[in-house]
Amino acid sequence: MTTSVIAVSGLRKAYGGKVVLDGIDFDVAAGSVFSMLGPNGAGKTTTVNVLTTLLKADAGTVRVAGHDVATQTREVRSVIGVTGQFAAVDELLTGRENLRLMADLMRVRSAGQVVARLLERFDLAESAQKLVSAYSGGMRRKLDLAMTLVGSPQIIFLDEPTTGLDPRSRRTMWEIVRELVADGTTIFLTTQYLEEADQLADRIAVLDQGRLVAQGTPEELKRLVPGTHVRLRFAGLNDLGAAARVLAGSTRDDQELTLRVPGDGRPKSLRALLDRLDEHTINAEEFSVHTPELDDVFLALTGHASTEEITP
Amino acid sequence: MSAISASLTDSRVMLRRNFRHILRNPVTVFNGALMPVVIMLMFVYVLGNAFSVGERYIQYATPGLILLAITYGLPGTAVSVNSDMTKGIINRFKVMNVSRGAVLNGHVTATVLGNSIAIAAIIGMAFVLGFRSSANPLDWLGAIGIIAATSFAGAWLTVALGMAAKTPESAGMSVVPLLLLPFLSSAIVPAAKMGPGVRQFAQYQPFTPIIESVRGLLAGAPSGGYAAAALGWCAGIALVGYLWSRATFSRRA
Repeated sequence: MTTSVIAVSGLRKAYGGKVVLDGIDFDVAAGSVFSMLGPNGAGKTTTVNVLTTLLKADAGTVRVAGHDVATQTREVRSVIGVTGQFAAVDELLTGRENLRLMADLMRVRSAGQVVARLLERFDLAESAQKLVSAYSGGMRRKLDLAMTLVGSPQIIFLDEPTTGLDPRSRRTMWEIVRELVADGTTIFLTTQYLEEADQLADRIAVLDQGRLVAQGTPEELKRLVPGTHVRLRFAGLNDLGAAARVLAGSTRDDQELTLRVPGDGRPKSLRALLDRLDEHTINAEEFSVHTPELDDVFLALTGHASTEEITP
Repeated sequence: MSAISASLTDSRVMLRRNFRHILRNPVTVFNGALMPVVIMLMFVYVLGNAFSVGERYIQYATPGLILLAITYGLPGTAVSVNSDMTKGIINRFKVMNVSRGAVLNGHVTATVLGNSIAIAAIIGMAFVLGFRSSANPLDWLGAIGIIAATSFAGAWLTVALGMAAKTPESAGMSVVPLLLLPFLSSAIVPAAKMGPGVRQFAQYQPFTPIIESVRGLLAGAPSGGYAAAALGWCAGIALVGYLWSRATFSRRA
């Protein structure tokens, strides 16, 4: 049986008159990765801030490791680690000094060893004596996460840990998250990227304008979304009609003059598709491959695009 | 561990961090420690002989320049406090069980320590330039007490100003009035010699009793009235700074 280490029910938060979290409920199982997926302004950071004792909720209950975040802040703080959206590192200290600062504040025994091990593990040993102001974005994020790990927290909150990172640093982050989970740590992760949630999460909750619009495993969610498809655009209705007859399983949109053809997006099947059009001398104006993205999840779940910025 | 000893340990860790910051920022070191010495050389060598203050200028100006050594150390603190608040590191401290006051205590203690180094430098330089004191050890103790109280009060007010500012740049600007105040006191020339309006301001603003009490103590002729006024101002400013800092600290982030 799995036990939940984070239990949230009826969580509400408003700033001024603006509702940011409109009654959300979810549970996170011990030792799992729970990902909250949503666009900018959906309320992800607000959720993290409430769960990590930085912000008081207006209503609802939140228990982290069995402790109420509103009344047992000390107990909650002693079991969590948080890596926020913006690297919370001290730029005027070296990497080693940053870690040492954490170790001293948490009264970690044999701090020197703990720090050395983390520097090694995060590939920061060589830059340990350099000031953080000279670090690259990826190195800062790594140091930030290393600082979070100093006290070996049971539950780690990662707020958009890879936003703004290059693909290589992103993969490194993913590796680290997987290692943490393998050690039994529970991870609460927010992200704007479906791919990231897909790669890491055991469960995903989709947050939109302060409400959870879907929850489930990555597979369950992807079933809700149109799969990979090719979109063709034609000059006129005649071509569109002809193509729709030739390409089985396609969906036409007469207003946009587009045809959506399901497929896996591999070069081979794309070539076959184009060959079919050629055979029937049908000319497409535009051709594009679409893989399921957060936008599609949003469109499917909420009926509006994720890119519609919601001002916080 | 008891709450008080936990808070002391946290404050000590923060102090070490703040002190490293000061040492690594050449501008802060220059402004805080060297600038007052430069100003001293300028006033004593270049301008001093043109002022008639009734005694050798170095003798007159030293107490005021000690005050300048305090105020010139403050902008660095304001910027540093504000950077803590605006650059995210504060959130890290807040989700840890770090005692609430430790961040502020660290800044205040680092400022006072930084000030003491600058003050030691300026007093040393004063003696080199011919300053002589007829103070007995008790007078010295009194002078040091008032100087330390001023530094402490200035540090708390600066922490509050730095905390209240929106950006590090505006935080640096917010303490500029504190840098100008000594010039509008009896630090450089006696208030009695100033123009109308300015003269009254100079007579009643906090720096004048602070400087006059230190001047009296260093000359071996302490004035109880000035000392009481000086300590009263310091206590008031420190209290306002402390309460304002605490309030802003719990409201922000």
